[in-house]
Amino acid sequence: MNFTNLIKVALKSIASNKFRSFLSMLGIIIGVAAVIIMMAIGQGSKESVRKNISQMGTNIIMIRPGSDMRGGVRQDPSAMQTLKIEDYRSIQQNAQYITHVSPEVSSSGQVIYGAHNTSTSIYGESTDYLTIKQWKVEDGMMFTEEDINKSAKVCLIGKTVAKELFPEGGDPIGKTIRFKSIPFRIVGVLKSKGYNTFGMDQDNLIIAPYTTVMKRILAQTYLGTINCSAITEEMTDQAIEELTKILRTSHKLKEHEKDNFTIRSQQEMMDTMSSTMDTITVILVVAAAFSLLVAGIGIMNIMLVSVTERTKEIGLRMSVGARGIDICNQFLVESIAISITGGVLGVAVGYLGTLVCGALGFPTSIPMWSIMVSFVVCTLIGVGFGYFPARKAAKMNPIEAIRYE
Amino acid sequence: MEEKQKKVVIELDNVRRDFVVGEETVHALRGISFKIHEGEFVTIMGTSGSGKSTLLNQLGCLDTPTSGEYYLDGIAVSTMRKSQRAKLRNRKIGFVFQNYNLLPKTSAVENVELPLMYNSAYNARQRREAAEAALHAVGLGNRMNHLSNQMSGGQMQRVAIARALVNNPAVILADEATGNLDTRTSFEVLVLFQKLHAEGRTIIFVTHNPEIAQYSSRNITLRDGKVREDVLNPKILSAAEALANLPIPQDE
Ligand SMILES: Nc1ncnc2c1ncn2[C@@H]1O[C@H](COP(=O)(O)OP(=O)(O)O)[C@@H](O)[C@H]1O
Ligand SMILES: [Mg+2]
Repeated sequence: MNFTNLIKVALKSIASNKFRSFLSMLGIIIGVAAVIIMMAIGQGSKESVRKNISQMGTNIIMIRPGSDMRGGVRQDPSAMQTLKIEDYRSIQQNAQYITHVSPEVSSSGQVIYGAHNTSTSIYGESTDYLTIKQWKVEDGMMFTEEDINKSAKVCLIGKTVAKELFPEGGDPIGKTIRFKSIPFRIVGVLKSKGYNTFGMDQDNLIIAPYTTVMKRILAQTYLGTINCSAITEEMTDQAIEELTKILRTSHKLKEHEKDNFTIRSQQEMMDTMSSTMDTITVILVVAAAFSLLVAGIGIMNIMLVSVTERTKEIGLRMSVGARGIDICNQFLVESIAISITGGVLGVAVGYLGTLVCGALGFPTSIPMWSIMVSFVVCTLIGVGFGYFPARKAAKMNPIEAIRYE
Repeated sequence: MEEKQKKVVIELDNVRRDFVVGEETVHALRGISFKIHEGEFVTIMGTSGSGKSTLLNQLGCLDTPTSGEYYLDGIAVSTMRKSQRAKLRNRKIGFVFQNYNLLPKTSAVENVELPLMYNSAYNARQRREAAEAALHAVGLGNRMNHLSNQMSGGQMQRVAIARALVNNPAVILADEATGNLDTRTSFEVLVLFQKLHAEGRTIIFVTHNPEIAQYSSRNITLRDGKVREDVLNPKILSAAEALANLPIPQDE
């Protein structure tokens, strides 16, 4: 039988058993829709993470104390005290590929103004910090080098802190707030940055001179982080190399000794995040794909019933000249037609589902290839799970088949 | 005789067919030999279990002999593979079954087209034309698009006969083709077979009704898997006359 005839026969058979065909399609529809939605959410989240990170500045380089933690080995606390002010100065003086540097120390706790209080974090930074982060001051101004030199008790606050401490909407500039009972005079309010992809409120913070935070709040001499910005994103690799050299010299590390600091670029962060998102997407899609497997078994079941029910028809077709291969093809095309029709409907349902998820606030983006993959998978399911019933039909003995009641 | 010059369509040479059932062997056909020439209308008779269906399955290339040889239109069948026999059935044989075996919910013309679906020499248009011609030949030219389940038994059997004709076969094989029909309709179908016979078709008609033998040109009787009697019918009755003489049904 030629292909057009096969298609005609298959569609006719599906049409004459509409409800049953629809039921066996249902599994495929749900499976494909689930895969499409999961892929769309995975892809959408990845894109939004990338966008967020790149908004943070793709040329940012972060230096943290302690050797590379990516192996997951716990480090002793003294190893975490390896970054010093001297490192910061040495970078400032020697690094060619770095335009801005800010040492960072932080602490979290209660901040109080009058009767209002809120819990937040205070970050001790240099004047370069806002430039590195590409943050803007909305009201007032950044503290100055002089404030740093004098360890002045001045600060900038984020929008959330401003809202919590000044709910009546008064002007925060010039007011004195207390963080861990240390008074800070507000010199500026930061422009709102909203939430980041990980759900963190980027406006719930206080920024103060690092000298002030180190001496008056933490009473420590080591740094938590050093943030730098490379001249351009492309130069981050050279910048990292240069920073490593400077820090190794400054830490007087010998040839065989490991780095006792870790340098990560925003770029790297982005790649790590992307691959994490990829992993999550794969897990989601695999879970959804299992429903396709179940759907395939459903199709096999229906096809087996259909083959048994049509034993007489198979016997007739054989006696008028159908070969085993013709019968096999007929049932294969039928199961492929069921699964591809299910696939088309599944893509449509998945598309609508994605729109709904988008409306509910999930980041979504349907990758074109996920639709292609769905069709390929549906065809494979049709062939894979249709093959056994089709073989069974093809192997029938025409004499017995035509007598079957 | 005139018969001798005609082409041999079917030749059986000592055909045996054994079935092994558990420990026992059933000898369904015990060495059958005969020739059937083009244009003969042969009835095959015999009691139940005498081997009629087994023989018909051999003639229809649905089964192969345990020993012996069967030549259909000069082609040796016994050594053929399944797919080759399928093709042979498609080109050389037309089957008519007792219970019609039409595809359900399918129009008459589509049912008749079925054998040609498996013949790549026909395109859709040629297939439709051949099917329409066959339906005209059985007197159903006005019932082309009726669905199989909307037809009477007689009409269904005519559709089945049209389906058996559509590939212009070397031989038409009928198994109890009137077995499910009332007397009147049986005669109508017999009239049709006689018409096909008159047009030169070769027909083999299996039946256990001795009356039917009177309307055929030759009668082979089986008993216990052997040919017991093989006679030509010197005086073929006309089914059309018999039909005319039947009492007209009283109801309506
Ligand atoms: N597939 C089979 N398996 C075993 N025995 C069979 C089979 N087909 C037919 N027979 C036996 O062969 C004999 C002839 O059967 P069959 O050709 O059907 O006779 P008929 O059609 O004349 O009634 C019977 O004894 C029957 O039981
Ligand atoms: Mg029988």
